[in-house]
Amino acid sequence: MTLLDGATPAPATVPPVRRRRRLTMFVRRPFFTLALLVAAGFVVSAAFAPVFAPWDPTYQDIGAMMAPPATAGHLLGTDSYGQDILSRILFGARYALGIGLGAVAIGALGGLVLGMAAGLAGGRTEWVLMRIVDSILALPSLILAVAFIAILGQGVDKVIYAVGVALIGPFARTVRADVMQVRAQLFVEAAGLMGLAWLTVVWRHILPNVVYPLAVQVTIRISEAILVSSSLSFLGIGVTPPTPDWGLMISEGRAFVSFAPWMAGMPGAALAILLIALSIVGDGIREEFDPKMQRGGS
Amino acid sequence: MSEEGAPIFELLDVEKIFTITRATGPLKRETLRLPALDGVRLRIKQNTSLALVGESGSGKSTLVRILLGLNEPSNGQALFRGRPIVEARKGLRAPFHRDVAMIYQDARGSLNPRMSVEALIAEPIRHFRLCAEKEIPARVAALLARVGLPADVAKAYPAGLSGGQVRRVAIARALASEPSVLVADEAVSGLDVSTQAQLLNLLADLKRTMGLTLVFITHDLGVASYLCQEIAVLYLGRIVETGPTNDVLNAPAHPYSAALRRAAPAFFEPIAEPLPGEIPSPVNLPPGCRFAGRCPRRQDDCLALDPPLGRVLPGRHAACIHPLTGSPGGPAERGDAAPSNPDAVL
Ligand SMILES: Nc1ncnc2c1ncn2[C@@H]1O[C@H](COP(=O)(O)OP(=O)(O)OP(=O)(O)O)[C@@H](O)[C@H]1O
Ligand code: SF4
Ligand SMILES: [Mg+2]
Repeated sequence: MTLLDGATPAPATVPPVRRRRRLTMFVRRPFFTLALLVAAGFVVSAAFAPVFAPWDPTYQDIGAMMAPPATAGHLLGTDSYGQDILSRILFGARYALGIGLGAVAIGALGGLVLGMAAGLAGGRTEWVLMRIVDSILALPSLILAVAFIAILGQGVDKVIYAVGVALIGPFARTVRADVMQVRAQLFVEAAGLMGLAWLTVVWRHILPNVVYPLAVQVTIRISEAILVSSSLSFLGIGVTPPTPDWGLMISEGRAFVSFAPWMAGMPGAALAILLIALSIVGDGIREEFDPKMQRGGS
Repeated sequence: MSEEGAPIFELLDVEKIFTITRATGPLKRETLRLPALDGVRLRIKQNTSLALVGESGSGKSTLVRILLGLNEPSNGQALFRGRPIVEARKGLRAPFHRDVAMIYQDARGSLNPRMSVEALIAEPIRHFRLCAEKEIPARVAALLARVGLPADVAKAYPAGLSGGQVRRVAIARALASEPSVLVADEAVSGLDVSTQAQLLNLLADLKRTMGLTLVFITHDLGVASYLCQEIAVLYLGRIVETGPTNDVLNAPAHPYSAALRRAAPAFFEPIAEPLPGEIPSPVNLPPGCRFAGRCPRRQDDCLALDPPLGRVLPGRHAACIHPLTGSPGGPAERGDAAPSNPDAVL
């Protein structure tokens, strides 16, 4: 056993710390980059809608009702009231994104609180909380949102609340699963060995490891929130006319779909493109940042 | 047995029984008692280094969890400086937390992936208020240098480090609280040989210069003899032999230690199938000696009596009715004339 006789530790051979991952992400994922640009385009149009929109979104051009796309002055045509569809789509992006973000914020926050409580409490409290979540989850979020709208009434803010509350269930479920998984990790046990108070352990070691995957969830769920809110408007129980909401526009255009297909088609395309772009972005972010999906190098 | 140095840890006939449930039919389940530890006697003196060796499933990790107070013994007593360990751990700033540091086998899993190396090492320093806030970076840098890592590792996250580097970070973090006892569960296994050698040198050096008491779990007899003065051999939840490492390895008293010694002659070669014969399941141990099924020295009384760990030679203890107690230097193979085990208590 003379192999180890040199007693002072030899300096470790230290390969340089990996750091180039983030730089190459856009290059390695062209679809992600494209989707991100599209989504960013929607955000910019929403932010600068008053600048880009050629018309007021609720102005009724009596002289050009149901004008087809590429009519002079109405690039994407007009609807049955003579409102400019391009302007309405641009302003509609504000509602879509605003409602989506607001609802997801409510859902994520509620889900974080409920999921943390359930995952940390354990025992009977957890059982009760998770049965509540289960009963919420048993219904699709659209049905649930319809139910909440029935209680709250119509309007943009009501839609945000309804969709947000409907999303609490799925968020709570993933948060709880993450909490259960994180609290069983060795570093939580190690923190206890150090004598840290339980609340400190939760705050410093459990919460950050739950919030990051939650943020990834948020990017994925935004599209669901937008879809549900548009569906509410389409059903005529969400946002009230003449708000330039895509769901509302699709619903209004439905009656004319055989001879003025652009009325429903244009907002429909906008909605589809945004949803697809957001899901690609969400998936890309998840694959890139979710530690569970990365190879654990050792 | 020489009694110099007060014991830091003392295990007095510690038993740890896990209850496991398993399905025996579509709707039937049975609960079984699984004694992971059974009649464990051990004392760990100040400034000593103890290697715990044994096959997989012999109860090494369970023993360490008892030492750390993570599990309470089902029976018997586990003492830290004379007090029950679970009691010594009570209170947020109990000295136990600072005194006893743990290095996990899964070093990566024991480090919060969302914290930088600097934050990880600073955490115990801050928690135990070991120095002023503005001295912390210097202290972290000193600890990193102590374990042979360059200073720029401080800004890295565990995911960006190699296996060997992560072990070093875990060691630095364990040292940060200035402990007097370091408990390491397979701290070097699973790494390539040169990294293992570097880490062993580091641990040996730390032990010498910082006066640490070391409890070191290993599969590897070579590592045990390099690093540790004392050795405890576990078999199926019982310590079957203790004593100075080199004496035990050169002249094992328990037939199981002898078999281990023969099976793993080389350095960095973990224990592998030391003996023919079935290892009985801990769930239903046969009566008598737990090693009887595989023991070449078995006699009739071995099947009737379960030998406790008792003294066989000065400073040497074994749990065997017919221990190998030959002249020092080579194991005696006198199968029949071995003296029966005097029922000496530790
Ligand atoms: N929490 C638990 N619940 C039930 N059984 C357990 C538990 N922990 C350990 N055991 C059982 O106790 C016995 C000893 O396990 P332990 O982990 O202490 O072995 P070990 O010597 O550390 O093995 P290894 O070398 O594989 O790490 C095993 O049979 C194991 O299945
Ligand atoms: S007691 Fe008997 S069976 Fe057990 S180890 Fe000793 S000689 Fe072998
Ligand atoms: Mg183990």
